[in-house]
Amino acid sequence: MRNVVIVGAGLTKFGEQWKKSFREMITEAAVSAILDSKLEGKDIEAIYTGTMATGKFIGQEHIGALISDRLGLNPIPSTRLEAACASGSVALKQGYLSIKSGEHDIVAVGGVEKMTEVGVHHASSALGGAGDQETELFHGATFPALYALLARAHMKKFGTTEKHLAQVAVKNHENGVDNPFAQFRNRITIEHVLNSSNVSSPLKLLDCSPLTDGAAGLILMEKQKALDLGLDAVEIVSMAQASDSLALTGRKSLTELNATKQAGKLAYKKAGITAKDIDIAEVHDCFTIAEILAIEDLDFVKKGSGGNATMSGFTAKNGSLPINTSGGLKAKGHPVGATGVAQAVEISQQLLGKADKRQVKGLEYGLTHNVGGSGATCVVGIYRRA
Amino acid sequence: MVEGSPSLGWRNYSQRYNLAGNECKTCGKHFFPAVALCPTCRRKGKLVETKMPMEGRLLSYSKVFVGPVGFEMDAPYHLGLVKLQNNVKILAEIVDTPENKIKIGSKVRKVFRKIHSEGETGTISYGYKFRVV
Repeated sequence: MRNVVIVGAGLTKFGEQWKKSFREMITEAAVSAILDSKLEGKDIEAIYTGTMATGKFIGQEHIGALISDRLGLNPIPSTRLEAACASGSVALKQGYLSIKSGEHDIVAVGGVEKMTEVGVHHASSALGGAGDQETELFHGATFPALYALLARAHMKKFGTTEKHLAQVAVKNHENGVDNPFAQFRNRITIEHVLNSSNVSSPLKLLDCSPLTDGAAGLILMEKQKALDLGLDAVEIVSMAQASDSLALTGRKSLTELNATKQAGKLAYKKAGITAKDIDIAEVHDCFTIAEILAIEDLDFVKKGSGGNATMSGFTAKNGSLPINTSGGLKAKGHPVGATGVAQAVEISQQLLGKADKRQVKGLEYGLTHNVGGSGATCVVGIYRRA
Repeated sequence: MVEGSPSLGWRNYSQRYNLAGNECKTCGKHFFPAVALCPTCRRKGKLVETKMPMEGRLLSYSKVFVGPVGFEMDAPYHLGLVKLQNNVKILAEIVDTPENKIKIGSKVRKVFRKIHSEGETGTISYGYKFRVV
């Protein structure tokens, strides 16, 4: 059985990167990952990149070819993958499978999005494409609105409050302070969140992840080869992906994301562990309610208790199960296609003890959880130091 | 939303105007919008067109303060997730209703309204919205 490890990781600074183009950002992240790996560009056999809406954000498609060209890596195969905000994770999964299958020994995985080239309404429409064009967007739904519908249902059923939601943002901003790559490095309070402008009730501006430019890169390698070379490596123990209805109207329940539950269950099973074995996780907090749903659906806490668990500090950096030490999508930023790859960057750095001020001690297993749309795609990855 | 194609709206007139969906005669399940394959019965499914009921109840709602392209001038507006009497769920704007009447569990009824227009010369789209009754 071939196993897969991460041997290099790189990020660009996340945020409004007015001076940097899409192609500069993905090149920067890839070069940084290659340098981190101690390998060379010529060692890479294939490239897989996740990006969501380049046609709408920068008017460019054919991203695979663009990237191999910019990296000077022609003629190796270079492929772009798309699954809305889970694009980065499906690219990572594809890279993982390409090594697992025996087709390749060393591949590069990238994630990138350039979101600030267009106005906010156009950005909102581009992101809306992650939902159902005919039955959601046509009727004026936005992404905050879809998650607001989930939030309202959770509040009604379990007594989750706007303060519980706000605490997710407060905690993730606290973590972002120590991440030099994060878009927001300022502390906020529950009052800041509650008093921020309304976006789609009950969600307010500070319940929402921002529009972000950014890119992330990883170098994956067959495990034995990496160990023979003595490289610092983090093993991808398992990766699982699940799908659900594109529109919210097709969901069995509004208080869970079934794709998360399914992908989580499968990832734990393949890794031969349970949720209790996870020591650290990066979860998809595109909106504050999304982190509450994630920690419940991944079995970290009991269904319905995500709000209280967050208030109690369970998910804080010094809590029992630190969640989103990078600052999460909320504070680190959410360049949609880059997010899944950036989550794996954070977990691999944590497991290698290279997370500087964010470092959590005593880690064995880490987990990444990346959602596409309002929950139609979910990818869960489990990692351990090789 | 996608703009510029009159055929997109025209193709969906019965869906948008009359809540036409379909039903699988094999398992009895209703679908809106209509599906091309019954996900349960698959090749054994028998799909026939059927209209959805006009009434249902609100499962969830949100007041949208920032709308997407085409809805900038409409905000704020309310979106609701409605469970129709046949258990089919549908997402639409909630209109003609005082804000304090928009609650989870509120009974709603379909109304016919203008949804969106493409600038000054483009297609005007009509379709369903709901109001609390």
